[in-house]
Amino acid sequence: MADALRNLLEVRDLHVAFRTSRGKVQAISGVSFDVAPGEVLGVVGESGSGKTISLLAVMGLITDPNAEITGSIRFRGKELLGASNKELRSIRGREIAMIFQDPMTSLTPVYTIGWQIAEQVRAHGPETAKQARDRAVELLTAVGLPNPGEAVDRYPHQLSGGMRQRAVIAMALSCNPALLVADEPTTALDVTVQAQILDLLARLRRDFGSAIVFITHDMGVIAEIADRVLVMYAGRVVERANKRDIFLEPRHPYTHALLQSIPPITGDRPRRLKSIAGTPPSLFAMPSGCAFGPRCTSRVAACSAVPGLTGEPAHQAACFVTGMR
Amino acid sequence: MAETVMTGEMQEGGGVKPRASGAQGPWALAFRKLTADRAAMVALAALILIALICIAAPLYASWSHTDPFRSNLDGQVMVDGKLVAALEQSTEGLGLGYTPVGPTWQLGNYFLGADNQGRDVFARLLYAGRNSLLIASGATLFTLIMATIVGASAGFFGGITDAVISRVLDILWAFPIYLLAICLSVVLINQSMKIGPITIDSGSLLLPIFIIGIVYVPYVARPIRGQVLSLRRSEFVLAAIGLGVPSSRILFRDILPNVLPTLIVFIPIMMAIDMLVEAALSFLSIGVQQPDASWGTIIQDGVGLLYTRPWVALSGGIAIALTVLALNVFGDGVRDALDPKAKLRIGAK
Amino acid sequence: MLLPVLKRLGDMVVAMFGISVLVFLIFFAIPGAEPASRIAGRNASPETVAAVRLSFGLDQPLPVQYLIMMKKLFITQDLTSFVNRGYKVIPAVMNAAPITLSLVAGAALIWIVFGLLIGVLAAAFKNTWIDRLLMVMSLIGISMPAFWLGAVINLFTQSRWHDYWLFSWVPPLGYKPFVESPKLWALTLVLPCFSLAVGYIGIYGRVLRANIVEAMQEDYIRTARAKGVSESRILIRHALRTSLISVVTLFGLDFGQLVGGVAVLTEIVFALQGVGKITFDGLLNLDLPVIMAAVLYSALFVVICNALVDMLYILIDPRERTDG
Repeated sequence: MADALRNLLEVRDLHVAFRTSRGKVQAISGVSFDVAPGEVLGVVGESGSGKTISLLAVMGLITDPNAEITGSIRFRGKELLGASNKELRSIRGREIAMIFQDPMTSLTPVYTIGWQIAEQVRAHGPETAKQARDRAVELLTAVGLPNPGEAVDRYPHQLSGGMRQRAVIAMALSCNPALLVADEPTTALDVTVQAQILDLLARLRRDFGSAIVFITHDMGVIAEIADRVLVMYAGRVVERANKRDIFLEPRHPYTHALLQSIPPITGDRPRRLKSIAGTPPSLFAMPSGCAFGPRCTSRVAACSAVPGLTGEPAHQAACFVTGMR
Repeated sequence: MAETVMTGEMQEGGGVKPRASGAQGPWALAFRKLTADRAAMVALAALILIALICIAAPLYASWSHTDPFRSNLDGQVMVDGKLVAALEQSTEGLGLGYTPVGPTWQLGNYFLGADNQGRDVFARLLYAGRNSLLIASGATLFTLIMATIVGASAGFFGGITDAVISRVLDILWAFPIYLLAICLSVVLINQSMKIGPITIDSGSLLLPIFIIGIVYVPYVARPIRGQVLSLRRSEFVLAAIGLGVPSSRILFRDILPNVLPTLIVFIPIMMAIDMLVEAALSFLSIGVQQPDASWGTIIQDGVGLLYTRPWVALSGGIAIALTVLALNVFGDGVRDALDPKAKLRIGAK
Repeated sequence: MLLPVLKRLGDMVVAMFGISVLVFLIFFAIPGAEPASRIAGRNASPETVAAVRLSFGLDQPLPVQYLIMMKKLFITQDLTSFVNRGYKVIPAVMNAAPITLSLVAGAALIWIVFGLLIGVLAAAFKNTWIDRLLMVMSLIGISMPAFWLGAVINLFTQSRWHDYWLFSWVPPLGYKPFVESPKLWALTLVLPCFSLAVGYIGIYGRVLRANIVEAMQEDYIRTARAKGVSESRILIRHALRTSLISVVTLFGLDFGQLVGGVAVLTEIVFALQGVGKITFDGLLNLDLPVIMAAVLYSALFVVICNALVDMLYILIDPRERTDG
């Protein structure tokens, strides 16, 4: 593993469980990953695979009193699990910022864009109201919102989806965070707007130097923006590698299946896209052994045990059949 | 805060949200949820108890040999082994007024004392409960039926029908409720009223039932209208219309059953409101008419004796407060069981 | 911004017209007794009934009768009682209006302050004993008849514990105009306002708690947390602020309704000569012109309140502004 100080974020053996009326539900089991400064880590997986929950845990945003979180989350070498609310608050929004999926619902409807950006600026700095507003205009300019001097006084409902997401990104960037967590920031947008937002994020990463954790279920988006990729399935990391390796030499059958479900850009068009047979397991009825087992075409006897991540540090997969290669 | 996380992705993933197990229908599920709600069950038991006690009023009256409706100006009461006049000449001031006997705290013997007619307050309290409960139930039934007819026609037929009905409902809704009731009763109270074949006599309980029932029709009809309207535009109804299913069948088979949970949620809420309105109208002497009693008239009697015999007013009010409290708690339970998203508020107006 | 305001003003006129027609129909068109003998009161002489018939133009068609009634009420304002001959009704209602307004405004002030307090506290301490205690108290407050609570308050503050230090400040029942003695004006109103407010405190506390708890599950609350905003600020500036929108609507309806609602009974219990008490006296004397005037002026007030609230709504909810 890489040198501790070189990594911005180190997550080790993260477990998240929820106590429910129907017993304890394990949402995340032993997830580990690192984020280096300035890199883009793509986290990919189906709905319910635990991508969002693991990053919410990093942000300390799981407020459910029935949640049990164990493991270690270190940011710049400092343990975040068990940190006081006040400590977390000084990191949230200032050092780690988050962009959520739906820009329509993630802004408070009764305040202007400018107010909401200024709120974040002033939560972490000594800026006056005037300075915070100027900063908001500056940020809105940076994210390419047309006419930022006027947009700053607009309410969320007065902007289009793409504009709104730009405003959310501007807000997230307001304190020059070292790490930006983007939770499916393009899913709720039109395809053309999606591309613009991806371009914007790539540009901002250059200009602001933030590392980005990009959560998505879309391998196409991963191909566009990620440096390294983390593939999650049913609360576990099943494969991690750099982008090139994931796309050219996928090891886990699930990754393989994911890649087959996107249409190729070159070459012959397949008659049918392959979909993955079966459905992701319910957290209430997790299969014993490899969680992907019931849907896997290469299943062997060994798969009745839970596979661990194996392989060289730069490319690991959790599969008995293909992982050792 | 489970929801903050759960809405993220786990629900779509089919994970955490517990699903109805087996082939249970929504009604069975709601019923199970209601019976598991301890507060609601205690409230329901209290309501049943109160209703039973009030229904048994004649038993109490015959057992204690009192006639709670006849003035008993020179009756006598046994207190601590001595016979005392039910109405004693006031010793204060000019000695013109009479003070009724106070509570003896002996069941069957002027338990709560007498009112200014010398009548047994406790026996009257029981009979009053019958009237209060009857009026509340009757008015609720009237409101729900009228509101369903009006709201469903507006929502289902739309167009001009809807525009006219909605306007009328808005106007009724803007009308201050007690003033509307006062207007109606000042005109109706001293004469009988004929609605088709039904004649309502001036002292009849039907009058307060009608007045209370009618003023709350907009309160129920507006949400029903909204619901029917959205059902009318829903795909399964559009499909049924496309298939040529007759309107009446759509209304009774597809729409009304979907409105039923809302109506049921309204029952305890409306009964609680109606109890309070009945008390207010009777206090204004435009509800239940003497010598009949309701909990409102008992308070009215009691306010005149407030400083000398406070238990008359206190008992009437406590009876109302307990019953309404039980209705509200039970209503919360019914709402949570049937329609947790319902934005109905108790105690409106 | 102008167009929605004009639309609300239009709604207001329509509502007022509808209410006045309804009142007119109740008094002049419900079959049974002849309207003239109703208006003339109990045991009226034939001459009085004839005078009523002349005065209200009862031999003319209904629309004309309606216009005569409205003219007497709002234009010439010379509606007189036939039970108390020569008693001018409109000035009596006007003189009583400040009393009712003081009562209702005082009650509104109390219920807003305490309703907000209870709603925010209960939501902040959701599912703890503080929450449960506040919610049980609210429910009890909602379940009591307000006029009965007033009578019970009188029992203790006027009689039983009047000499006890806690209640020795309570003045005798009745009303003192503000111009005579602001202090007595306030003191006489405290308890009536409070008794009127209790039920609404309960309703608003419950509604607000439910709204805040619901708002706290919205995505934008998670965004605010991710921004590093403090929990208390999230509760007040985000969750409470968005919850207030629906509460303001309720408030407008309730404030207007109170004038012709429970306040009538509270005035009677506390011997305040407000519009409600005048209406009640009119009812006891079967003096219909009094009721007519009280009802229509109260309704006018309600309608104006509703219109004002609709406009306030445009101010506090940016989504309602259509100029965006």
